[in-house]
Amino acid sequence: MEAFGLLFHGFSVALTGYNAWLMLVGILLGILVGVLPGLGAPNGVAILLPLTFTMPPTSAVIMLSCMYWGALFGGAITSILFNIPGEPSSVATTFDGYPLAQKGRAAEALTCAFTGSFLGAFVGILLITFLAPVIAGFALEFGPPEFFAVYLLTFCSFIGIGKEPADKTILAMMLGFGMAAVGMDTMSGNMRLTFGSPMLMQGIDFLVVVIGLFGIGEILVTMEEGLRFEGKAASISPRIILRTWASLPRYWGTLLRSACIGCWMGVTPGGATAASFMGYGIAKRFASEADKFGTGQIEGVLAPETAAHASGTSALLPMLVLGIPGSATAAVLLGGLMIWGLEPGPLLFSSQPDFVWGLIASMYLGNVAGLLVVLATVPIFAAILRIPFSIVAPLIIVVCAVGAFTVHNSMSGVWLMGIFGVVGYFFKKLDYPLAPLVLSLVLGDKAEDAFRQTMLASKGSLAIFWSNPLVGSITTLALVLLFWPLLAALWAKRGQSPISLRRNGVRS
Amino acid sequence: MEPTIAHSVWTRCKRSAAWTAAGLLCASTALAAGWEPTKPITFAVSGGPGGGADQMARLIQGIVAKHHLSPQPMVVVIENGGGGGQAFMDIKNSKGDPNKIAIVLSNFYSVPLSTHLDFNWRDTTPVALMALDEFVLWVNAKSPYHTAQEYIAAVKAKPDTFKMGGAGSKREDQIVTAMLEQATGTKFTFIPYKGGGEISSQLVGGHIESDVNNPIEHIAHWRAGQVRPLCVMDDKRMPFKAKIAGGKSWSDIPTCKEEGIDAQYVMLRAIVMPKGVTDEQRQFYVDLLDKVRKTPEWKEFVDRGAYKEDFLTGAAFEKFLAQDENRHREIMGKAGFLAK
Repeated sequence: MEAFGLLFHGFSVALTGYNAWLMLVGILLGILVGVLPGLGAPNGVAILLPLTFTMPPTSAVIMLSCMYWGALFGGAITSILFNIPGEPSSVATTFDGYPLAQKGRAAEALTCAFTGSFLGAFVGILLITFLAPVIAGFALEFGPPEFFAVYLLTFCSFIGIGKEPADKTILAMMLGFGMAAVGMDTMSGNMRLTFGSPMLMQGIDFLVVVIGLFGIGEILVTMEEGLRFEGKAASISPRIILRTWASLPRYWGTLLRSACIGCWMGVTPGGATAASFMGYGIAKRFASEADKFGTGQIEGVLAPETAAHASGTSALLPMLVLGIPGSATAAVLLGGLMIWGLEPGPLLFSSQPDFVWGLIASMYLGNVAGLLVVLATVPIFAAILRIPFSIVAPLIIVVCAVGAFTVHNSMSGVWLMGIFGVVGYFFKKLDYPLAPLVLSLVLGDKAEDAFRQTMLASKGSLAIFWSNPLVGSITTLALVLLFWPLLAALWAKRGQSPISLRRNGVRS
Repeated sequence: MEPTIAHSVWTRCKRSAAWTAAGLLCASTALAAGWEPTKPITFAVSGGPGGGADQMARLIQGIVAKHHLSPQPMVVVIENGGGGGQAFMDIKNSKGDPNKIAIVLSNFYSVPLSTHLDFNWRDTTPVALMALDEFVLWVNAKSPYHTAQEYIAAVKAKPDTFKMGGAGSKREDQIVTAMLEQATGTKFTFIPYKGGGEISSQLVGGHIESDVNNPIEHIAHWRAGQVRPLCVMDDKRMPFKAKIAGGKSWSDIPTCKEEGIDAQYVMLRAIVMPKGVTDEQRQFYVDLLDKVRKTPEWKEFVDRGAYKEDFLTGAAFEKFLAQDENRHREIMGKAGFLAK
């Protein structure tokens, strides 16, 4: 196969001493950026970009893309340990990762998250290596109706899977949509809900909300329950990694599904955050013990992490082949390509083979190196939980505040974080779910734009959502998922036991 | 000049100037040495990450670092909230801060004019116009239209069915579309998107019929034979003669006027700083940007992006801004884009 020859050429480019060193630097910086909430991968890459100005483009992109992998790995760490997602794409990891850590199984959860990430990335890289030109055309099929259908699918795959009552879920989701509407409205060019404040013009930043709701909210709840001066039991034996690995083949179905969802969302480009939510939702739908999700299920960690990393990796595919960024980080990298004097677009593969194949080879090496580095840190991170809460909590608050400040380099982020911390506290006390709020905050704005663009093009006709086989099948699938609980109930009525009723997510 | 010496002279002056009349003398010494930033320079970007303004800002940042042009590094911050309004308000509210600059586009006037943003370019100290950006009318290469006239004739035959994609609402792309409509007496279905990159792939994928992207946003697709330029909205053709696709170069694209469409529009890419800074402080940035302009990296960037070279500072630049603002008010008024 031609791809093999080119790939080996790529390895020869990526494996020079200088490039290998940059790869390691990139990964370590990436993990750091991923662990610190607020300082996401796009920010990290943007900050380093000018430093790469004097490097050869191939070395520069290797370092920056490795930083991206590192950040994707690192995002899971704080999600699992402290219920604070380091990256937007690891919000879904908190749902089961944090309960696992609370039960003293942090090392297991971390191992799962990292391994899932790695496997997802690996599938994504294989896709880029062998199918790039074939798959790339698929991204071009996506116009506004297709985008809206994908967002709808993400929402629908998430509906009805929480344990909270439907009205609370809907309320939380609507709050998220409301917050997503703040800032400039793309479609009319007017400011919405900004009340003349420049701070709100940017919109309510997702990262700040998440840091507040999850991080500060969690600390407030824990404080109310009484300060504990003892750390949690946490097994930190390296052997646990091997034992966890031995249990993984059992979840091959979840892994495969999540990897496919991730690749698909990366190429289309729906984004890693949407992919992780969809991965979690679908895994729960198919799980044999769906009602245990959210209480610390291994699959609940594997599914979102695999999907997020597969999506993050395959997001580079449309960037390389078409010059379309599949994620925020890819958009910054794309700007970098132009600054380095390359022209991203359909001809990049043929005009810059050293660059493209060097980058692809570095993805293999970077992810293997990344996995080894993060696995080595598992015992260290798991040991953090042994430190008493009264010492860790102030540190977490400081790190959160720094993160919230970094998002826009201003104190306004820190105040917002505080406000959302209180909101998060009440949500938890009143048993409102946070996930639907976060999901609609992330995707609400995009879904709204796509819907209104579609309506402009179709002059208000909804039939456009079934105007071609692609959009038609996504929309139909979304509606099926939306009404799944109802369908399952009807199905169950035809002579099944009430136990399977509950299993299908229907509340009695 | 040696930065450390200038720096120490300046701090010593500040200290003594407050106390003695000798400060006057001292200040003139510092003046001769010129002002230099004493803190990292914050460089606010009024456009989205990875977009044209961001690319230019990071290029300038990179050139300044590579050629050691400034004693202090530049820190690029994205402030694209409210269509760039966030960056404008930041500059307006940082009165007297000489360590802050911003890169602005024609959102500099279109945002305040179309929203109720309490801002005017006179709330800033204009530093320099770096370049002008061209607008080209593009269609998908698979479409049957080879000239602007053919395309406009098709739009006229079925008005309000041809989809024109553009970045944002009531911003430069929709202003250009409105000018095309006014010049030809037809109507497009304008669909706002978030940014130029997104629009490019929408045109290549055939989800819109045309767009008015800047050259750099479509060059790769043109080279690959996916899109076709019809005309450029300037008074003369672009000067770049390097062949790009089908034996054609930027200079082979006719102006819209040649095609019988009287629509001209170029967009500024300029640097401003807060009000209340001294002339020396402004001059530091003028000199800095002039040095940036003379580097080979900048020339390569301008050629690749087919930017229109123009460097204006001081009174000439302010005159340009006043004229350009009036022009925007006129066009936007006619199109009904002004805030009520």
